[in-house]
Amino acid sequence: MIALLMRDLRLALRAGGGFGLGLAFFLIVTVMVPLSVGPQPALLASIAPGVLWLGALLACLLSLDRLLALDWEDGSLDLLATAPLPLESVVSVKALAHWITTGLPLVLAAPVLGVLLNLPVSGFKWVVISLLLGTPALSVIGTFGAALTVGLKRGGLLMSLLVMPLYLPTLIFGAEVARRGAVGMEIQTPLLMLAGISAASIALLPFASAAVLRINLR
Amino acid sequence: MSLRITDLCIARGGIPVLEGLSFELAAGQALILRGPNGIGKTTLLRTVAGLQPPISGIVEGGEDLIAYAGHSDGIKPTLTVTENLSFWANVFGAGSIATALKAFDLETLQDRPAGALSAGQKRRLGLSRLLVTGRPIWILDEPTVSLDVKSVAMFADAVRAHLGQGGSALIATHIDLGLDSEVLEVGPYKAKPPAIEDFDGGFL
Repeated sequence: MIALLMRDLRLALRAGGGFGLGLAFFLIVTVMVPLSVGPQPALLASIAPGVLWLGALLACLLSLDRLLALDWEDGSLDLLATAPLPLESVVSVKALAHWITTGLPLVLAAPVLGVLLNLPVSGFKWVVISLLLGTPALSVIGTFGAALTVGLKRGGLLMSLLVMPLYLPTLIFGAEVARRGAVGMEIQTPLLMLAGISAASIALLPFASAAVLRINLR
Repeated sequence: MSLRITDLCIARGGIPVLEGLSFELAAGQALILRGPNGIGKTTLLRTVAGLQPPISGIVEGGEDLIAYAGHSDGIKPTLTVTENLSFWANVFGAGSIATALKAFDLETLQDRPAGALSAGQKRRLGLSRLLVTGRPIWILDEPTVSLDVKSVAMFADAVRAHLGQGGSALIATHIDLGLDSEVLEVGPYKAKPPAIEDFDGGFL
């Protein structure tokens, strides 16, 4: 399993691996929003948590269609399916590698980009915490979407449509934690909901992903 | 450790392609599958390798003993030859990559990115993966595609050595590998079209 994780990380970092893709997209969104909204610090401050969350979510979505499709195209997925590793752990490791190369950089970049959006000081902590709790769910749910559409040529559109509704609860509660944190409200309920969504996705979805992958490999 | 196939019926895209297939593959034995394009050789090999379920029939004796090599080699172009091979060696947890590199004459290429290899060299890298799996049953789908004469001989030697160590191989190929093996012609097992039960003669 560690070998697979190291391989995926190495592939992501090598030329053409798409490591910077999500991060660059996140940067573009957060730089463009203040320019398009105009010089209204108060408005920016109130939309900052939501914009950061939406940017992170779309950045995640953008990198999903490479997640399993590349391994499918070059036949690695067939070989991995006949290897001693169970497919459940293959998809879990793939989701983890996706989180490390996409989710984690977004979490780390969010406070820096928050400055551009005039995020209130009290909000920085909660934006980081909510993204840290929520992005693993985005990676695991995304892996499920990638597994569903793995055999399709240019399956990106279908995958976005399938994954979008599954992403909504994470977005709603994640952005709510960040928003409430920024204005100093009580955050316990959305924080627990967000943590629950992440824990449930991580626990259950790898089994679903492996099952659809087995069907798609036929 | 023998692989036993009993009365197997397999389908591609829901349509039966081969039926009534039975054979046994004992240790030290190689079986060559022959048949025209589209008859279902790949489907048969994928079914035996466990990648898809059969419609009916039994495949037994193959669990966790099979190393499958299909049309594509599963090679990552940005990783070097050594990195590609060590990955599979780690996943299967058996075999050293040095002997595998030697068997397929890849030693001089080992630090080259796999994307810079020729088609034949890529195939040799894909086949060398079989040696690091440490698994006794090889299931190979047209392994000699894009190999030159010398590499085909190299591959035949590797298969012979594998059989000598008590392994076995099921190979779909159109060329003569010079192996002392049985040949199974799958053509006669072609599935008959299903009888239409509710056909209404009145439409004729």
